[in-house]
Amino acid sequence: MSPVYIARVKEVAARSIGGEMMIMSARDSMLFSLNETATAIWQAADGVTPLAEIVRRRVCAQFEVDPATALRDAEELVEGLAKHGVLKLSNLPIEETP
Amino acid sequence: MSGLIQEMSDKAQRLGIPLAVQLDLTYRCNERCVHCYLDHDDRGEMTTAEIKELLEQMAEAGVFFLTLSGGEIMMRRDFFEIVEHARRLSFCVKLKTNAVMIHRSEADRLQALALDAVQISVYSHRAEVHDAITKLPGSLKRTIAAVRLLVERGVKVIFANVLMRENFADYPGVQALAAEVGAEYTIDPTITPMMDGDRSILNLNIERAQLQQVFRDASILGTSPEEFCVPPGGPPTADDAQNMLPCSAGHTFCYVSPYGDVYPCVQFPLPTGNVRASRFLDIWKHSPQMTEVRSITLSDLPVCSTCSHGGGSCTRCPGLAYMEGNMRGPSSQDCEKSFIRTGVETAGMLIRREARSIDGLVQIRSAAGPGSRAESLQNCL
Repeated sequence: MSPVYIARVKEVAARSIGGEMMIMSARDSMLFSLNETATAIWQAADGVTPLAEIVRRRVCAQFEVDPATALRDAEELVEGLAKHGVLKLSNLPIEETP
Repeated sequence: MSGLIQEMSDKAQRLGIPLAVQLDLTYRCNERCVHCYLDHDDRGEMTTAEIKELLEQMAEAGVFFLTLSGGEIMMRRDFFEIVEHARRLSFCVKLKTNAVMIHRSEADRLQALALDAVQISVYSHRAEVHDAITKLPGSLKRTIAAVRLLVERGVKVIFANVLMRENFADYPGVQALAAEVGAEYTIDPTITPMMDGDRSILNLNIERAQLQQVFRDASILGTSPEEFCVPPGGPPTADDAQNMLPCSAGHTFCYVSPYGDVYPCVQFPLPTGNVRASRFLDIWKHSPQMTEVRSITLSDLPVCSTCSHGGGSCTRCPGLAYMEGNMRGPSSQDCEKSFIRTGVETAGMLIRREARSIDGLVQIRSAAGPGSRAESLQNCL
């Protein structure tokens, strides 16, 4: 299975409020609230670290969770965020656009 | 307010986070609107570097919703540099502008900034009325041309229609124009006093019957007039009054002037500090004035806590009350609005009437000692 890379979309507003990330999509003004785990994934979405690696380092290492379950949940999360246009997904590293 | 925004706001309040800030970049303006509450001279605006530093401090403090306003924001040559910096810091940015300086290239740049919205002042669909208010010939034409450029690029545009006696009849026309160009529409039926306390512009306010008409126009309310104008449910219980806060000013919201002065709200000119002298978060957290504003609950408002509107239907603005002389008193403009909405007089109106009759009894007033009824009435007004 090819790796999944994730990158934050620049066209969003985001702020951590008490450990939870609030994200507002400029496309439709939809507001998202990410819990602590999802926030950790969002913050690590640099476009070059594979999702599995992010989950291993930022989720499994910090939260007591089964790695396979964590990866499955993370894939679901990033697909959902990508559908709403707040995260980019790719099977190749995502280069930052100026 | 959506459920999630309400949750976020509640959380910010619990944690003492200034979730939303309005930052006025300048008081200079290319229009001279008859109802404007600002002095348009530049009395030492913050520099580009100072504003960028302030934005960084605000991001660190947790500010999420950032409204950039003025004056006319595009009068600053560094306007785009500032907004671009704000967006790099991931603020949810809303602009308030008259849009007359937005042409194709500015519209392109604004589109690229992925703003939450651009709010644009439109007073009438008729140039002769709009331009007479802005005192800038050709302003409506230029504003609407800019609106079209922005909407074509997918930028969310909101018409802000301030209602005054001279443009009241035109609001359905502005609404129709908003629909035609693809903009959202909001009204503001309240003219506020000048920042220096001058209340002369209040005579531009629409008349009672006109406000009544607005409050019964379902196309504006977003709810049924019956629901909006429902009679008040009575004074709050003592427990409720202790927990009810006047509004978000100083709790999750504040205002910063072009000179770096921090206030609880744009409509609440109580100086709490200056970002040139102190860090933004220090002012927010530790200024005695901000702390005082935050400490006030409904139970601390001697008149409003006894008012039949106090149980939830009141829209009292503590800033307007402050400008009338007492931040713990009623705001006569809001009392008037509550009355017009529901037909039920507020406690503030009843006490004012009583005070007027006491005013005639000079001997009672001159004999009043500390703690007397006459003095406590004065404190409430």
